[in-house]
Amino acid sequence: MARRVSWFAWFWYVLGALYFIIPLWGTFVFSLQKERGTFSLAAYQSAFADPKFAETFLYSNVMAVLTIIFSLLLVVPTAYWVHLRVPRMRPVVEFITLMPFVIPAIVLVFGLIKTFSRPLTILGVTVLPPLTNSSLSTDFLLVAGYVVLSLPYMYRAVDNGLRAMDVGTLTEAAQSLGAGWGTILWRIILPNLRSALLSGALLTFAIVVGELTIATFLGRPAFGPYLALIGNHKVYEPAALAIVSFGLTWLAMGIIDRVTRGQGGTTTGAH
Amino acid sequence: MATTVQNPPRRSRLTWTWLGLVPFFLFAILFIFLPSASLFIDSFRTLDGGFTFANIAGLFQPPIPESYWLSIRVSAMTAVGGGLLGFFMAYALTVGNLPRWLRPVTLTFAGVASNFAGVPLAFAFISTLGRTGFVTVILRDLFGWNIYGAGFNLYSFIGLSVTYMYFQFPLMLLIMIPAIEGLKRDWREAAENLGASTFQYWWRVGLPILMPSLLGTMLLLFGNAFGAYATAYALTGGTLNLITIQIGAQMRGDVLRNPNLGYAMALGMVVIMAVTILGYSWLQRISERWLK
Repeated sequence: MARRVSWFAWFWYVLGALYFIIPLWGTFVFSLQKERGTFSLAAYQSAFADPKFAETFLYSNVMAVLTIIFSLLLVVPTAYWVHLRVPRMRPVVEFITLMPFVIPAIVLVFGLIKTFSRPLTILGVTVLPPLTNSSLSTDFLLVAGYVVLSLPYMYRAVDNGLRAMDVGTLTEAAQSLGAGWGTILWRIILPNLRSALLSGALLTFAIVVGELTIATFLGRPAFGPYLALIGNHKVYEPAALAIVSFGLTWLAMGIIDRVTRGQGGTTTGAH
Repeated sequence: MATTVQNPPRRSRLTWTWLGLVPFFLFAILFIFLPSASLFIDSFRTLDGGFTFANIAGLFQPPIPESYWLSIRVSAMTAVGGGLLGFFMAYALTVGNLPRWLRPVTLTFAGVASNFAGVPLAFAFISTLGRTGFVTVILRDLFGWNIYGAGFNLYSFIGLSVTYMYFQFPLMLLIMIPAIEGLKRDWREAAENLGASTFQYWWRVGLPILMPSLLGTMLLLFGNAFGAYATAYALTGGTLNLITIQIGAQMRGDVLRNPNLGYAMALGMVVIMAVTILGYSWLQRISERWLK
């Protein structure tokens, strides 16, 4: 077959590439213009100098780490068990992990607030006090919401990782050497899942750190709401923070790319 | 699919194996199903607890239908627009004979861009296409073209659509590349042997096979935009009456003066999302018949 360069392909490629690049370039140049008539990093300095920046960024990072830990604790044993013992439950578990695509964040947080801002009673017995009363329990609710948002990505990453190894044989080999379930998960399954877990974790991190919707409505001092506030009051700082945030997303995706190379499967989030 | 080791079905073991899934199901019930079910139930309740369809009927009273409609229009517009751009770009990268090195770079870029949403994305577009944005100023000062004078406004339907497209078309690109690569070489050679031109091959063979996947992914993009809140809020400050913005306003201060109508509004969103996702998975199953 004759291979020739087609103007049609170039046209669409260039159009798409410009769409990628112009907003980034524009934002970058804009972020350098805080001082009139010259290019400077003043917007970055001013953005980082705000103590609220460090505070909210740290808070969101802590929440992201907690989300990743809880999500892993929930997803890894479940996915492992589904692979090993109850494969016919796979469609049910998969269905549940895909729920965030049907229930958008704004509806999820609406439901969470409605359910957990009063005591949770089952058949007249109070099983949980209201969670929105103290900041600690609200943080717990925030992390729970984030874990829900992370489920599709985390489950798919772990599931792909489990498919790539022979779970049954590894488990039997470990059992015949006298390993218990904890040892099997911790010493056998987890090390084999390293790259899958890392990509699930980084994707979760990218989703959670700048998350606005759930954090705003739960009233927590997170980075997303802080960014939105800055956007209302400042001109050049938001551009600087957008560039920083793009860089962080790039870093997370770049590492995922590295560790999952050749394993297939696209990594992408929902909004 | 990897084969999993299954123990011979022994009844007594089976009951115990379920226990391994209890934490997951407990979490799902507490933080997914209970909240959704409570929204669902109260959508059909009067304020004093009786059963009613009035809240559902209330969804068809202004301003609620307008909000749904605006959300649907933005989502459809960006799904089709982003879908076409993403598809043609995927076409260019797979069968367009572009230099090979472009591909990994573009894929990484698309992976980042499809995850770049929310407040920072809104900031990027304000810095680029806002009233004093980079591109706005260049067009005005260098080309004498004031886009705001010409009717463009970033904080409106068209501006929001342009912004959403930034995460929509990379997602399409990422999904369509493997789909286009799933087209078998044999089909193309068979068509060429029968004398088909490139255009005829695409029109009569390639596109019809890709169509379910193309439409399905557009539905996915639709859902992606329909549920978005953060980008729209950060861009327009809540002035554009999308359904997500409306639900946000209701949560902040019961603007409808009827909490149960607010729950019904959320229920309506979930119904639309569910239909979208069902359509997506149906089309996905059809496309898997050919592209495997």
